[in-house]
Amino acid sequence: MIKFLFSGLIRDKHRSLIPFLVTATGVMLTVVFHAWMTGVLGNSIEFNARFSTGHVKIMTRAYAENMSQTPNDLAILGTDTLMNVLPQLFPEMLFAERIYFGGIVDIPDKNGETRAQGPAMGIGIDLLSENSPEIERLNLASSLKNGQLPVNKNEVLLSNKFAEKLELSPGDTLTLVSTTMYGEFTLHNFTLAGTVEFGNTALDRGTVIADLRDLREALNMDAAAGEILGFLKTGTYDVVQTTAVTNRFNARFLVEEDEFSLVMKNLPELNNMGFLVEYSDKIKGILVAVFIFAMSLILWNAGLLGGLRRYGEFGMRLAIGEEKSHVYLTMIIESSIIGFFGSLAGTATGLAIALYLQNQGLDLGFMMKNASIMMPSVFRAQITPATWYIGFIPGVISAQIGTMLAGMGIYKRQTSQLFKELEA
Amino acid sequence: MNNEPVIRIKDLKKHFPSGSGRFTALNGIDLLFSKGEFTGIIGPSGSGKTTLLNIIGTLDTPSEGEALILGRSAGSLSAKESAALRKSQLGFIFQTYNLFPVYTVFENVEFPLLLQGVESSQRRKMVLDALEWVGLTDKIRSRPAQLSGGESQRVAIARAMVKRPAIVLADEPTANLDAKNSHNILQTMEKLNRELRTTFIFATHDEKVIGYVRRKIFLFDGKVAGDEIINKN
Ligand SMILES: Nc1ncnc2c1ncn2[C@@H]1O[C@H](COP(=O)(O)OP(=O)(O)O)[C@@H](O)[C@H]1O
Ligand SMILES: [Mg+2]
Repeated sequence: MIKFLFSGLIRDKHRSLIPFLVTATGVMLTVVFHAWMTGVLGNSIEFNARFSTGHVKIMTRAYAENMSQTPNDLAILGTDTLMNVLPQLFPEMLFAERIYFGGIVDIPDKNGETRAQGPAMGIGIDLLSENSPEIERLNLASSLKNGQLPVNKNEVLLSNKFAEKLELSPGDTLTLVSTTMYGEFTLHNFTLAGTVEFGNTALDRGTVIADLRDLREALNMDAAAGEILGFLKTGTYDVVQTTAVTNRFNARFLVEEDEFSLVMKNLPELNNMGFLVEYSDKIKGILVAVFIFAMSLILWNAGLLGGLRRYGEFGMRLAIGEEKSHVYLTMIIESSIIGFFGSLAGTATGLAIALYLQNQGLDLGFMMKNASIMMPSVFRAQITPATWYIGFIPGVISAQIGTMLAGMGIYKRQTSQLFKELEA
Repeated sequence: MNNEPVIRIKDLKKHFPSGSGRFTALNGIDLLFSKGEFTGIIGPSGSGKTTLLNIIGTLDTPSEGEALILGRSAGSLSAKESAALRKSQLGFIFQTYNLFPVYTVFENVEFPLLLQGVESSQRRKMVLDALEWVGLTDKIRSRPAQLSGGESQRVAIARAMVKRPAIVLADEPTANLDAKNSHNILQTMEKLNRELRTTFIFATHDEKVIGYVRRKIFLFDGKVAGDEIINKN
């Protein structure tokens, strides 16, 4: 009987081709959309994590309360020992000290008088260690616009626009005007090594990237850092893992009464990233639901049209002595076969497109020009294990649901009526 | 000789809902059919022929009265039981042939046996026999679209006969055929009726069919208006 159905499907293009194409197209769209959304959300999360939040972030409780002001007077002290302990406690993580600071960049002329000035947002990272993972993490090498990456003490990077505005070229001197950890006024001279552009408005406006050691000197922050960011070694944010890490850390370090005790915050708690993470989780469910609904609807109608053409066949089969439930069952088997192959084709083409979008990426920098939130300019799709099955199962299911709905009409009709409608 | 009737119809009525009331298509039919009959139910369009044939074929159910088909009461059969009865004992032939368009002649004739679960080599033999009865052994690989009307109806006859049913119901089988083809399929059915003792019941108003039948039941407005046995020695 299966052979009988199968040859019917292969020979009757009307029976198979339209549902096949509908299923394949739907599955393909789902696969591409899923990979794309996963990629975009993931890219945004990682971009924020790398520049600002980490997958987790360690601060003092007091600093955490005023995080947006990056109050370095409340910085973590004794980071040298902490940075030795942390990798042992959390072998699944990589840690990086960061000093975020504000100040004014002052450009002196030949006589030491101010020639130009501008407000700066600074990030202090490990720039000068050999093989510092921070270079890669902030994508500095490919973001370099002019000059080179710092190799010597007191060399810094500036956002390219900022440097242009200040008419500053690599090799020129700039003075950072800021306050020390103890609230004292301080001046520190740097040399511009190069300029960078990240394709992100917030970062490209007035960022200074300096080495931690130089900053510690400039801001009098010996063995201190405002924040320590933690990154999962896998390189991708995972809420389950980071929650476990955060709980372990806080159980050990957090003291409710002590506002200088350390606290670890998970990415969703930082910079309003929670909604992105949540969204990223829910998108899959929403996507699948919408897909099944829409596809079932289309396949239902396709099934009705196809079924109409086959009233004569169904009526004749019933007359020959096939049971109605069996006719119905064979319709569902047929649609499962079509759904299976349609989903297979849709998944394959979807994955191919997703792979292309993952490798090539799409530069949406032009859309991000005025974005004030931290978003990368190039988005890439991301293929995850879910991408392989996210379209497949709904593809088969909606083919079946569509047929069940369409078949209902045939099921309810009087057998003799099937012939009448055929003759009409 | 077994004279027990294969079909026994008693005061059969069939109503259809129509507008606010109901329309009575069959209005008190009493009939007996014996094994091996070659009978025409004859009447103008709308007289109730198809309705009667559908009830005999268990495709429809009586509203009132009784129809015993091979001893089974058509009104009280479950869907499963009537399907089983059709599967083993009833064959249908329609004006529009109703062949399965995507399947070959062989596969069309094979289908009833597939449903019965007949084993494959036996199936093949029975299909070839049936196609031989109707003279179409040279067309087994053809599709219905490649056949003439006469050939199509011969395939339909083979499909109805392949399982050697007790009763074949043919609703206007010649309505789409020219004279030559009509005579051809009628001769074929007459031969099968004689050789296999299959009961044939035709619904028709075609003179050619009427010329072959050995019993004429006249239907008019849902009632039997006449019942004649023709003696052809
Ligand atoms: N399903 C139905 N619903 C309503 N009326 C029907 C139905 N089937 C048949 N009829 C009516 O019953 C009468 C007899 O129909 P039918 O048995 O098809 O006649 P015949 O086959 O002799 O031409 C006709 O008037 C027809 O309109
Ligand atoms: Mg009729």
